[in-house]
Amino acid sequence: MDLIQKNLLENIAGISAIPEGAFNIRANGALASRNTTENIDIVTKSNQSGIDIFIKDGTKGEKVHIPVIISETGLDDLVYNDFHIGEDCDVTIIAGCGIHNCGSEKSSHDGIHSFFVGKNSKLKYIEKHYGEGGKEEAGGENVMNPTTIINLSEGSYMEMETTQIKGIDSTNRITKAKLQKDSTLIIHEKLMTHGNQYARTEFTVDLDGEDSSTNVVSRSVAKDTSNQIFISKINGNNKCAGHTECDAIIMDNASVSAVPEIMANSTDASLIHEAAIGKIAGEQLIKLMTLGLTEEEAEEQIVNGFLN
Amino acid sequence: MLELKNISYIVDDNGTDKEIIKDVSLKINERFVAITGPNGGGKSTLAKIIAGIYTPTSGRIILDGEDITELSITERARKGISFAFQQPVRFKGLTVKDLITLAAGKEISVAEACAYLSEVGLCARDYINREINASLSGGELKRIEIAMIIARGTKISVFDEPEAGIDLWSFNNLINVFEKMHDNINGSIIIISHQERILNIADKIIVIAGGRLEKIGAKEEILPEMMTASGACKVLTDKTV
Repeated sequence: MDLIQKNLLENIAGISAIPEGAFNIRANGALASRNTTENIDIVTKSNQSGIDIFIKDGTKGEKVHIPVIISETGLDDLVYNDFHIGEDCDVTIIAGCGIHNCGSEKSSHDGIHSFFVGKNSKLKYIEKHYGEGGKEEAGGENVMNPTTIINLSEGSYMEMETTQIKGIDSTNRITKAKLQKDSTLIIHEKLMTHGNQYARTEFTVDLDGEDSSTNVVSRSVAKDTSNQIFISKINGNNKCAGHTECDAIIMDNASVSAVPEIMANSTDASLIHEAAIGKIAGEQLIKLMTLGLTEEEAEEQIVNGFLN
Repeated sequence: MLELKNISYIVDDNGTDKEIIKDVSLKINERFVAITGPNGGGKSTLAKIIAGIYTPTSGRIILDGEDITELSITERARKGISFAFQQPVRFKGLTVKDLITLAAGKEISVAEACAYLSEVGLCARDYINREINASLSGGELKRIEIAMIIARGTKISVFDEPEAGIDLWSFNNLINVFEKMHDNINGSIIIISHQERILNIADKIIVIAGGRLEKIGAKEEILPEMMTASGACKVLTDKTV
């Protein structure tokens, strides 16, 4: 692995060396390295590009890293990764994609991740998207279109943290979830777009089971002439609780559209949506300037804090 | 020393000029100066002019012999002026530790940040990682605002009605904080206040009413006048705890 790839890996997965436990590192459309453990198996799919990850019943405290890095220009990478998590597990999966595109051609990664979370299992899923080079710096576009399909069995709990802070010129992020009885899905999205970037996010959560619940929270910052669209749909099909919230800071000549949608198909569904878009409050800038920061420094602090 | 020379501030009020501050001149060199007077009289505007948030229409502001009238908020802050807001600002995502660190102007340890919070009577451990958001009460935000000023340790510290919006119990603690600051400050504290107990610890009292400087003098001279002159400063006597 070269220095560029190591740097990408550090940015998306926070790892600078070979991680402990199970991992599968994919570089430029091919397997770079893999490790499995007693409880976690990773198998290459035979019928299409991608992997199956099998986590045994009762696996607790283990992590799986599955980063994807692309450092070639003009590469279109499409993978199907399926995560089969057994019953009574408590595991963390760290995914992410980093593109370093210093050429003039488009580089893209479309990851289709499907999660099957077993009964009473707890899963934390961390996903980071990061790009270098790209349209602004080198001419070639960095494109990522991740799709996440979530199936939560009875009594299971999943927390998804998805972050895209820098360098992705175009993204269409689709997340679809189906929740069974007593299951919970928490989603935290952090997004920042700059330059002429485009980001579309669409969450659809079906609260099918009794006492299922979800909280979908997005915080985003749109700078320069970038464009963001946030769509969040929660369907309450049983006695359930759903909340979706989008909070966006808009700067310069950017545009942000927030479309929260809640649909109750049961009288016992309790659903709430909130959406707020606004520029940085003048008094926040003034407060930090009275502490000796310049307006630009104040802005940076506010944005960093907001996305933290 | 801070000196205001012939400060006037005029705003546009539906097409007509409205003079909020009218030719105010004064000097502040004492450790603890209270600015008081009726609501709407121009006190907060004057404080914001000192901090650089508003630019005066005419007049000069002199800090230790240097004309700072044209300096921005940031430049004045760096010259040694601090300003505590009457309504502290909330920040989603920024923590108490973040703001105290920004106020101190350098990386500080958790222990140092905690020391500033303890000064204002907050149990630091409970607060240090809290976000400055709607989960904090008005009284807590006020104390954090004051802790930031203590962390800055500048030569001029301006407080705009620190007692506004806090309960009586917190107020008693607040008085203790200011008494302590009075003893330790290396410079001048300027407090806009309606509270007799704050006026009582001031070395100098300035009365601003109708945008004008009504009175200026030592506490011993001004305070008795205000307390007895029922017609002159009724707002103040009504507000006394």
